[in-house]
Amino acid sequence: MKLTNLLATAAVALGLATSAFADDKTKVGFVFVGPVGDGGWTYEHNKGRLAVEAEFGDKVETTFVENVPEGADAERVMTQMALQGADLIFTTSFGYMDPTINVAKKFPDVKFEHATGYKQADNVSVYSARFYEGRAIEGHIAGKMTKSNIVGYIGSFPIPEVIRGINSAYIHAKKVNPDVEFKIVWAFTWFDPAKEADAAKVLIEQGADVILQHTDSTAPLAAAEAAGNVIGFGQASDMSEFKDGPRVSSIIDDWAPYYISRVKAVMDGTWESKSTWDGIGAGMVGIGDITDKVPADVKAEALAMKAALADGSYHAFTGPLNKQDGSVWLKEGETAQDYSDDGLAGMNFFVEGIVGDIPE
Amino acid sequence: MLTLEKRPQPSKAFAYLTPVFAIIMTMIFGGLLFMALGKNPFEAILTIFWDPLFGEFASYSRPQLLVKAGPLILIAIGLSLGFKAGIWNIGAEGQYIVGAICGAGAGLAFYPMEAWFIFPIMVIAGALGGWAWAMIPALLKVKFQTNEILVSLMLVYVAEQLLASMSLGLLKNPDGHGFPGSRNLKDYPSAFNGEIIAGTGMHWGVAAAFIAVIFAYVLLNRHMLGFSIRLTGEAPRAAKFSSVNPNRIILFCLGMSGALAGLAGMFEVAGPSGQISIDFNSGYGFTAIIVAFLGRLHPVGIFFAGLLLALTYIGGELAQLTLGLPGAAIQLFQGMLLFFLLAVDLLTNYRIKFSRKEAV
Repeated sequence: MKLTNLLATAAVALGLATSAFADDKTKVGFVFVGPVGDGGWTYEHNKGRLAVEAEFGDKVETTFVENVPEGADAERVMTQMALQGADLIFTTSFGYMDPTINVAKKFPDVKFEHATGYKQADNVSVYSARFYEGRAIEGHIAGKMTKSNIVGYIGSFPIPEVIRGINSAYIHAKKVNPDVEFKIVWAFTWFDPAKEADAAKVLIEQGADVILQHTDSTAPLAAAEAAGNVIGFGQASDMSEFKDGPRVSSIIDDWAPYYISRVKAVMDGTWESKSTWDGIGAGMVGIGDITDKVPADVKAEALAMKAALADGSYHAFTGPLNKQDGSVWLKEGETAQDYSDDGLAGMNFFVEGIVGDIPE
Repeated sequence: MLTLEKRPQPSKAFAYLTPVFAIIMTMIFGGLLFMALGKNPFEAILTIFWDPLFGEFASYSRPQLLVKAGPLILIAIGLSLGFKAGIWNIGAEGQYIVGAICGAGAGLAFYPMEAWFIFPIMVIAGALGGWAWAMIPALLKVKFQTNEILVSLMLVYVAEQLLASMSLGLLKNPDGHGFPGSRNLKDYPSAFNGEIIAGTGMHWGVAAAFIAVIFAYVLLNRHMLGFSIRLTGEAPRAAKFSSVNPNRIILFCLGMSGALAGLAGMFEVAGPSGQISIDFNSGYGFTAIIVAFLGRLHPVGIFFAGLLLALTYIGGELAQLTLGLPGAAIQLFQGMLLFFLLAVDLLTNYRIKFSRKEAV
């Protein structure tokens, strides 16, 4: 094995073997913003990568670089991947948007897939998941389970993605518990166990007995466990190691089906640039096992909501809903648009009832 | 038995040799680490140190070395002035951020006007921003004898919050669909810090780094102020007797390192990075501390140390990409470099004596 590696390197150095490599295998590159062992966001993307390998075996070769800062470094990593002969590159963080577009311009034959952004090109697709559908279920459980009527929410950054999640959770908690109150702490990080633990502790001290998190580490669950009598949810990943403790359910990002279908499209030559925003129905958002801490009737309601969200009979943002300032957002029976002035894609306001401002 | 004996004079030869020893030992122990991870150590070391310079795609990665090394050298030169005088500015990362914000802000204030004077104004604003941020610990130290290590480090976190606020508020791209981040300066010709000669990676920030190296060399070797700086660090009492004003040295060293860090941030945001975003900073300010010490606080040494560290970054990415080495192993490898440097440094001031254990 070592000898073949060595020979391969030598051959590459001579510039002989590149085309031979490219022909028989589809090369797929992944750019990760965190470490693959973060237990959350990057961990799930890496699971998607492994699923691609498992699906296609010898026909595919995947590579990845982890901990890539957004900006100039990302652009270099993507360029290196393209130079090394990648056919398809997944860039898995919002901040990779402009770098992806720049590199895609230089390599028109390489296909790119950018997660959670909005800039498309002939060889750049965008994809994201409707995590707010999962938040609706979390909100329902939180509203039913809280005894102090205070739900703590750890926000990462005040961007549309996170604001959608807060609104969705709040609407559904309020629906089943009119006295519920949300306390929101902005951590200004996606992954920082120490900061996330501090945020959770602050919220628990303020009386929260349910913690929702939009950050990627398991630190808030650990803080909830230490406090006792506080429940939480797995974020991005199932975080099932806290199943006997505070974790009552989870939102799971399942990228595997999408990654497999896109790699297959490249292999078949049917890949086209498109915009994908899938939810529970398509399997991109999963709801982790609801534990026995949740009463059976609440669990049944949650699962019924999951089924309704999946088949499209229920939309997580259904009117009547007002904005925080009291003005009408959605009329009775109206559902939110994806792309419009007050649409979901660029959501930058809280719904009525949430206390506090979105930081600027 | 081995004993250490203090040298009457620090060894000149070892002062030059220790970086070389440190690199060799890093290669040996790094190779063992890679071997323990099941990789061919020679191939891994070759990928990190050889491929970016002479590999198949070196024509792309060689210019990238300059792009990566430029800000490191620029910041490290500034830091080395203070370090020589025993003034420890640990907060270059914060000054880098504020310089970037001021530089980008000054440019975007003129958007969409095109004029030749916009870029020079941005350069001045960037330098002033970094300078002003460094003046906070400087003035506090002069007036109240506060510890500049703590104050400058804490101000990094303040600067990060400021950066988040700017990306979400004042500098947010009005056409960005509510997402955080400023306009991309690459799409604004008057403000864009492009390559001076296409394909070389040489942008104004790299040019500024080269100028800073020369400037620092002249200052330290040919100028009274440089002599005072060295004297303050090496013999504070002697400096006092020769009527060196310590406050002046503090203000100059912190101000200068702040201005250079600010410049680095400004050139980075206007060029390779392109936009102010929440995660704009990627640790240059902290890595530059390693560069300064690896370069023996000598301007020419810093120049080579900056290039060397840039090499390990780019080679490290290649090793992840082609050999599947984990990102953490690369970081460990970089850490070893500093560790061995500090360890071998002992030989500059001490010599090892072999002596037989004497009977008591």
